[in-house]
Amino acid sequence: MDWYLQQIINGLGLGAIYALIALGYTMVYGVLRFINFAHSDVLMLGAFTAFYIAPKIEKLMGHQSVLGCILLFIVAAAVCACIGMLIERLAYRPLRNRPKLTVLITAIGVSLLIEYTAQNEKVLGSAPQPFPQLLQEHSIHLGNLIISSNDVLTLGVTIVLLAAMWFVVQKTRIGTAMRAVSYNQQAALLMGVPVNRIISFTFGLGSALAAIAGILYAIKAPSIEPLMGVQPGLRAFVAAVLGGIGNLPGAVLGGVLLGLLETFAGGIPGLSNYRDAIAFGILILILLVKPAGLLGRSAVEKV
Amino acid sequence: MKSFHHFLATAASFLCVLSLPSCKSGAGDTIKVGEFASLTGKEATFGTSSHEGTLLAVEQLNAAGGVIGKKLELITEDDQTKAGEPANAVGKLISKDGVVAILGEVASSRSLEAAPICQENKIPMISPASTNPTVTQKGDYIFRVCFNDIFQGGALANFASGTLKAKKVAVLTDVKSDYSKGLAKNFKEKFTASGGQVGVELDFNGGDKDFKGQLTAIKSDAPDAIFLPGYYNDVALICIQAKQLGLNIPIFGGDGWESESLLTIGKDAVEGHYFSTHCAPDQGTPEMKNFIEAYKKRFNGKTPDAMAVLGYDSAMVLADAIKRANTTESAALRSAIAATKDFAGASGTITLNADRDAVKALVFIQIKDGKFTYSTTVNP
Repeated sequence: MDWYLQQIINGLGLGAIYALIALGYTMVYGVLRFINFAHSDVLMLGAFTAFYIAPKIEKLMGHQSVLGCILLFIVAAAVCACIGMLIERLAYRPLRNRPKLTVLITAIGVSLLIEYTAQNEKVLGSAPQPFPQLLQEHSIHLGNLIISSNDVLTLGVTIVLLAAMWFVVQKTRIGTAMRAVSYNQQAALLMGVPVNRIISFTFGLGSALAAIAGILYAIKAPSIEPLMGVQPGLRAFVAAVLGGIGNLPGAVLGGVLLGLLETFAGGIPGLSNYRDAIAFGILILILLVKPAGLLGRSAVEKV
Repeated sequence: MKSFHHFLATAASFLCVLSLPSCKSGAGDTIKVGEFASLTGKEATFGTSSHEGTLLAVEQLNAAGGVIGKKLELITEDDQTKAGEPANAVGKLISKDGVVAILGEVASSRSLEAAPICQENKIPMISPASTNPTVTQKGDYIFRVCFNDIFQGGALANFASGTLKAKKVAVLTDVKSDYSKGLAKNFKEKFTASGGQVGVELDFNGGDKDFKGQLTAIKSDAPDAIFLPGYYNDVALICIQAKQLGLNIPIFGGDGWESESLLTIGKDAVEGHYFSTHCAPDQGTPEMKNFIEAYKKRFNGKTPDAMAVLGYDSAMVLADAIKRANTTESAALRSAIAATKDFAGASGTITLNADRDAVKALVFIQIKDGKFTYSTTVNP
């Protein structure tokens, strides 16, 4: 029994990270109907931003202070929001009226450009860097179960951000504009919605989410390198599709499900070898039954 | 995405190779020696170390007047720690640069990829540190200047039952790595043969960041120790997560652990754990002392690790063989390398056996107070 409960805790901790990354994918997809493959690289840049400014913030706010950590998240999110908007302005906006495939290939190009530029020794370098411990880590013991305070933090942040995103999209003026752009760009433009600004904002928001996910991922596995985003990025993309791409709660559900599947498959002798095959195999089965994803409905409002 | 990136990269490098004119150079006034190493990517510190060792050897040889009256010219290719790249790198070194021999790689998976190409072209290849037994079985042109994992696995099995007094050992293997799989297999064979019990056996993919699923399963199996034949980056993260889950049993592994990164990433989580490796800086031979001195002088006071020592030895063994053969003609050079006997290398005395493997001692290192500390030596 303990074994199952501990694995559920481990799976939730991992799934929460996937969920947070998937939120970013799904936000951008919801508005633009296109997968921003550079999302996983923005995540990496978020972790590196935190890596470089953490010593400065530590000097300012003291060692492992909660306030300092919050400040670090905000700065990294702001930096990555700017990077995200810059990528959109330079690479995607000029292709706004071209076929979706063109933008998709460009996104892959941007992703490769960031990854391989960052690997240059004069930029970030390819060797893994030790990520600093931002917060004192505690282990919460419940009988035989051990819960890491980091996992609790990740889960908490994911739930809060999911609620915040839902609020932004459903209850604010800019959210209404985002939904309008998502529904029909041309019509929104005719109604006076500043489409370019809305899309830019969406990218900024998605990239800020990526930065936060990147830092949480680096706290969990404190070894960061320029390709660190590739693997979780792929999983999160799958999680977003599984939950129903464009659907915010779906992204979280998909991420958590994938985290649980991977953790359980990883813990069974003889099956741990096929951990990814099992996790992804089950996803294929789910998508065969529900092609629009778990919470996705075809042709209703997205985002 | 990953495989797609990979596909793009492979396609791009393939086009590059095609567009290059083949300028195979004949007998010039230098001896061209090829090297491939993981200078970037996940195992960059391994490749950088072995490359620096090799470079130091070539510079020393050239400063002393070269070999058989010619200077050595080292041509280095980076394989980016990626599957598929070693084949490109070695292909380029042989067909375009026309090297007389190849030095590399540290990781067995990548050596195994390059070995058939060297064998087919009859270009001798000397691996500094690939320990998987099958590497030198690829053909009679493939050598190594380190021990293999049949020996290392046996030594680790004795260590588990002798020093650690472990009755039951869990095994956690990197399924992406031929080195890890080979070492795990050899360890299990020896450990069970000597009466030990192998507990739960689990796998991970090199580059994974979450290992709690596997570690929780290991914890519920309650072994006396964990055998972890992996590379330093994964090992550091696994030790951190083991500590988080309250697994307070010894974790031990092989030579893939040895890198400063293990200490900087793993910090207090790797404290007290053990690994086996090729040599220790404080083992006390004059060759080792001279090497460390020269290396520190050349690379800004950096302390060499085992990969640097073996990179150095691989080049020195090759140079010694060229001298004895007095030619760089491939068949003669091959026979000369195969005849290497009692060569005083920096890592220890190197004698190549009939399987083209070096017969050498192995040392155990414990991580104590955040440092690699010499523990014991095991002789073959």
